[in-house]
Amino acid sequence: MDILRFITAGSVDDGKSTLIGRLLYDSKSIFQDQLEAIEKAGQVNGQINLALLTDGLKAEREQGITIDIAYKYFSTPKRKFIIADAPGHVQYTRNMVTGASNSDLAIILIDARKGVIEQTYRHSYIVSLLRIPYVVVCINKMDLVDFSEEVFLNIKKQYLEFAKDLDLKSIHFLPISALNGDNVVDLSTSMPWWKEKSLLGFLEDIELHTEEESPAPRFPVQNVIRPQTTEYHDYRGYAGQIRSGHFTVGDSITVLPSGLKSKIKAIDTYAGSINTAYAPMSVAIRLEDEIDVSRGDMLVVSGQEPTTSQDLEAHICWMDQKAMTPGSKYLLRQTTNAVKASIRSLEYRVETSTHEKKEQTSLGLNEIGKVTIRTAKPVAYDPYSQIRGTGSFVLVDEGTNQTVAAGMLL
Amino acid sequence: MTDLHRLSHLDQLESEAIYILREVAAQFERPALLFSGGKDSICLVHLALKAFRPGKFPFPLVHIDTGHNFDEALKFRDDLAERTGEKLVVRFVQDSIDQGKAVEEKGKFPSRNAIQAVTLLDTIAEFKFDACIGGARRDEEKARAKERIFSVRDEFGSWDPKLQRPELWNIYNGKIHVGENVRVFPISNWTELDVWEYIRKENIELPSLYFSHQREIVWREDLVFPVSKFISLDNTDKVETRTVRFRTVGDMTCTAAVESEANTIDDIIREIQVSRTTERGSRLDDKRSEAAMEDRKKGGYF
Repeated sequence: MDILRFITAGSVDDGKSTLIGRLLYDSKSIFQDQLEAIEKAGQVNGQINLALLTDGLKAEREQGITIDIAYKYFSTPKRKFIIADAPGHVQYTRNMVTGASNSDLAIILIDARKGVIEQTYRHSYIVSLLRIPYVVVCINKMDLVDFSEEVFLNIKKQYLEFAKDLDLKSIHFLPISALNGDNVVDLSTSMPWWKEKSLLGFLEDIELHTEEESPAPRFPVQNVIRPQTTEYHDYRGYAGQIRSGHFTVGDSITVLPSGLKSKIKAIDTYAGSINTAYAPMSVAIRLEDEIDVSRGDMLVVSGQEPTTSQDLEAHICWMDQKAMTPGSKYLLRQTTNAVKASIRSLEYRVETSTHEKKEQTSLGLNEIGKVTIRTAKPVAYDPYSQIRGTGSFVLVDEGTNQTVAAGMLL
Repeated sequence: MTDLHRLSHLDQLESEAIYILREVAAQFERPALLFSGGKDSICLVHLALKAFRPGKFPFPLVHIDTGHNFDEALKFRDDLAERTGEKLVVRFVQDSIDQGKAVEEKGKFPSRNAIQAVTLLDTIAEFKFDACIGGARRDEEKARAKERIFSVRDEFGSWDPKLQRPELWNIYNGKIHVGENVRVFPISNWTELDVWEYIRKENIELPSLYFSHQREIVWREDLVFPVSKFISLDNTDKVETRTVRFRTVGDMTCTAAVESEANTIDDIIREIQVSRTTERGSRLDDKRSEAAMEDRKKGGYF
């Protein structure tokens, strides 16, 4: 069994929380005591309010909106699912980016009565920017448009027209009613024209690939394990999680950013040594030579080195109340590395609903733009489009310690 | 050889948890692993073995002993510390009560669950812990479903759900000001069933409480409660002997048992797969109000 991590995006009242509630309810993943608790809380239009399953905070229940991501879990015999239920409000875009950063798939909800709206554009842009491999556009509330195939096809056409300019690899469409459960877990009898799978059937069957286009081996070092006991007197294991590709005993290794070279002597796990380790395994690697390797360094297979530079270009999503202005200094965290950095320039801000590039001098909360960054020390990285695990970073404000930006390297 | 080597869901979850534990070791100066003797924290210890052996753990195991624990859990705790050779720190809620810092609840179902936070915060201050690793899972409860893996608490140990840091990819930001601490949840993404399947796969030892046994019980609000010196019985309580096991282990005053014949891990997994109630359905502390957990967390509870 494997894991599919997905995010649900859409505007307020498009029915995200209801859809998740429906997925859980119809796949029998809700427990009796949870059900009793939401039944006690009252009904909406004569039905239990499934949205209450995900809105876990008092303020959310009071206001009837989602403020922060809720993670929900369910499994079928085929797959384990992790759902990031992200808020739809523009003001919580940063929380949507948080949920999207770990997702393999995005469900974008559209209200069948409204069609593609500004939030659809915004969310699709973020999904494209974060390179979520699969997009499922769920056209919801079909019950309110008489289950019309024509409405469905029109919205599909409208979406595809706009998505032309986006970098979305795989887009699927589904007509659903989350409130009634049409085509969510079970196929709808009200839409006989729909001959494809239900949403759950689709989520169960979609084939997952990760980083398949660029399996260059990448191993950022987290810690050095040095027991210094009699039994393990000379033991020196580099602990970390393989970000992409695989490593095999005997591979020639280059350490970045230093450029020092060695070979893999052993790959250790608690259960014993292994010959080959794959992403995303957490292991400890031992090298043949005693060279200087510490946290933040990256082991790569020689001949497949990434870029190493102090000058970076990136898209960033600004996540702090205090606006970003060029010249400001931050701590840049990329893989296990933390390095001081300053933003040299803001090349443009993207209008996420139209994709327009606008000249601007600063980036405010939830705005996305392209920047150039200078780091205090060289950083080894891959373009985000090739390897998410080495092409992503965050910026931390050293005064407040807040995470103020998410970045994707070019 | 193909690069599309897929790890099973348990291997993926394990790898993620090891990565998180190692991030704690790297980013904090004085971390601690909060150990309760329950199955989730036992899994954490097993994951720490995987993350740091052949080295020692870069943190002690810390138990906040409410004084209402099951004997089986305490014995297991001490045995585990001895078996792993890792440092165990125990601090007592009774001491906080004696010092007048915590006030014992009154009534028919008094619980020390909430005042545990007082002792925990004092312990954090005593050792200047900057990170506390815990075995909480997001599937347990709806407020926990909202929490980040690195969850920053202010100097009062309080969680503000509206001011959580964005948490992107697997880059964790553990930077804090003096006095603040981070609660770290490496098994956030595990479900109860994942934990049990992992225990089976890794052959992890557990306290006998989790397996079916005979015990004296009373019924409380439709729940099966263990008879112990910590609960007060009156004329209305009828003590019976039943075959039970515990699905979750907390204090004897707030953990209900389930009637069960499940004697092996396989039996337990089968039982959970068909269960229609959540694990926390047997915890009275969560049933107090709609926002019981959220309120406790704002008060410094785990």
